[in-house]
Amino acid sequence: MPGYCMNSPAIQRVYLFGTCLIDVFHPAAGLASVQLLEREGIEVVFPEEQTCCGQPPYNSGYDEEARAVARQVVRRFSESIPVIVPSGSCAGMLRQHYPSLLADGPLADAARDLAARTYELHEFLHRVLQVRWQDHGDPVKIVMHTSCSARREMGVREDGLALLRQLEGVEVCEPESAETCCGFGGTFAVKMSEISAAMATDKCRAVQATGADQLLSSDCGCLLNIDGMLRKQGAHLPAEHLAEFLWKRTGGDTP
Amino acid sequence: MSGFTNHPDQDFGVRIHDALGDAELRESFHGAMTFLRDRRRAQFPDPEALETLRDSGAAIRDRALAQLPDLLEQLEDRCRHNGIQVHWAETAEDANRIITGLIRAVNGKRIVKGKSMATEEIGLNTALEAAGFTCLESDMGEYIVQQAHETPSHIIMPAIHRNKASIARQFAEQIPDTPYTEDVDELIGTGRRVLRRAFAEADVGISGVNFAVAETGTLCLVENEGNGRMSTTVPDTHIAVMGLEKVIEKLADLPDLMRLLPKSATGQAITTYVNMISGPRRDDESDGPRQVHLVLLDNGRSRIYADRQLRATLRCIRCGACMNHCPVYERLGGHAYGTVYPGPIGQVVMPQLFGLDHAGKLTQACSLNGACGEVCPVRIPLPDLIRRLRHEGVSTDPASPVRGHGRQRRFSEALIWRVWCFIHTRPPLYRLVTRVATRARHWLPPLPRAWTRHRAPLQPADRSFQEMMRHREDRRS
Repeated sequence: MPGYCMNSPAIQRVYLFGTCLIDVFHPAAGLASVQLLEREGIEVVFPEEQTCCGQPPYNSGYDEEARAVARQVVRRFSESIPVIVPSGSCAGMLRQHYPSLLADGPLADAARDLAARTYELHEFLHRVLQVRWQDHGDPVKIVMHTSCSARREMGVREDGLALLRQLEGVEVCEPESAETCCGFGGTFAVKMSEISAAMATDKCRAVQATGADQLLSSDCGCLLNIDGMLRKQGAHLPAEHLAEFLWKRTGGDTP
Repeated sequence: MSGFTNHPDQDFGVRIHDALGDAELRESFHGAMTFLRDRRRAQFPDPEALETLRDSGAAIRDRALAQLPDLLEQLEDRCRHNGIQVHWAETAEDANRIITGLIRAVNGKRIVKGKSMATEEIGLNTALEAAGFTCLESDMGEYIVQQAHETPSHIIMPAIHRNKASIARQFAEQIPDTPYTEDVDELIGTGRRVLRRAFAEADVGISGVNFAVAETGTLCLVENEGNGRMSTTVPDTHIAVMGLEKVIEKLADLPDLMRLLPKSATGQAITTYVNMISGPRRDDESDGPRQVHLVLLDNGRSRIYADRQLRATLRCIRCGACMNHCPVYERLGGHAYGTVYPGPIGQVVMPQLFGLDHAGKLTQACSLNGACGEVCPVRIPLPDLIRRLRHEGVSTDPASPVRGHGRQRRFSEALIWRVWCFIHTRPPLYRLVTRVATRARHWLPPLPRAWTRHRAPLQPADRSFQEMMRHREDRRS
């Protein structure tokens, strides 16, 4: 676990690990992440040579393929500055799984080092930078879905909620059974599609029951799953990545 | 569809489909699991204290496992000293043969059994039937399930899949002079009357064991109905069956485990009965069994023990909290797994017992959400172990410690990950692929129907994030 050393010399530079889902499906969330960090006076280094964290093959048991990608991430993010990840599950992969995945190779130490300086975006904004924001938007009620990896693997549920609570015009709620998985689980959604759909159906019902105007999550996998089902059902509950929402509400320009 | 099988992978998809389509079943499990989760939460109001207690539970179990061979020898020695006869069973067949032999030796006729998952694991009831004995289940849930020729659907609450109307029908049909009633107290009263008679007449009682204390040779058994106490004290012969991992070092280890087990399992501060069995009736005692036997069951546990990571499987104290918190178990119920141990712990135990060729598919019924690992009182890293078994399932390494390794590997999936890896370790190629995907986003081939049957199609954005960042850099410079 990384420390939150407020007294250490101010952090000036961070890496951003963009994640493949943000890259392809929610680029605005990636850009918002960069802008949220830059507004705090942080220089954001975005290595062009990045792809994915390796989680899909890793969770399917294909360790060798996952390891090849993980090695590349460890090498490309080698400077000793924090690595910020706008996704709980990808951050969890870097922090919790890289050290064991790469334990037997020459990158073992580097993987541990990377793990120790990996932060989920909202964790970093809230706990390390301790941002203070003004709300610039109209009153809105949002329902926040915290991913299982953000909640359990990273322990950052409170960070997302705390940032939202700074915004005066935003009424924040969580769905009933908020701690229950939405049924995404990566390849699980395809391999065990019936179970996944049953779980997603319950989650969709719960988020709609809140009567919120908008659905937020800091994990793109969950967003694609829940939003995909809501749209299929013809429901009117727009979904957005938390970073994008936060950036817009706090006066950021639309990307 | 409620039988246990040695090939749970077979028709797993069919069982899943049927379970998800059974609205009554889903309602039963949803209600029961919600109830149990709320009860557990109420018992652990202080999260920090809970984490400390879980640390202690894990440490106690780890310490016991670290010296398992020695502790088992000590347990055997202390049990013999207490007058408990100890038998070693390497396989389920061995255990069944030993137990049948013991019953024959005392000319047992009427056998009662307290709730025991180890005896479910070895299929004892079936073996006894084949040998000409009938064995009556005395736990109310087990009794209901046995009478209906079903199997338990939960390791703590075996009849949780049944509603009271169906139990009322069953009792009215199968127990003589029983009118139909859905009054729960009356139903329990009916069952109890049958069981009381059986206890009074029984000459052999069979039970499980929750913890066996090596230091003192004491068998600890927790239960709520008194049936465990009756089964272990009324009949002249008591046969206890336990997985050999259930040994703990000393009596002082018990309090913390007892602080964890009932609270994690049923949300009770303590069970109604806590039995500490330290031997048969002494000469100056007027009751209790004349013989006590302990059957120590291996049945694949030594193999699990051999792997450092997988060994954590054996920490399990069979509380069922993992299944109570598993969103997949809650939606499927226990029978869909087709295994004695369902839910997350079953997904870890069963592939190791039966081999990945017969039970590897079970590991796929998991979204790796981590809820099970979060509540496990002895900190078994269940999601990590499930993922590890997925890996062993597709592993081509001949040194893999798990039987049936590699047998879940499919050429098509292996090829997909090979290609995936080729692209994702070559960033320029990755950029080309994402560029094509974003530009041709309206003409992409559709995703698997497994995704689109329940969800709108996925559509890439018009530009990738990396492309946006490059434009941003260009504008700046």
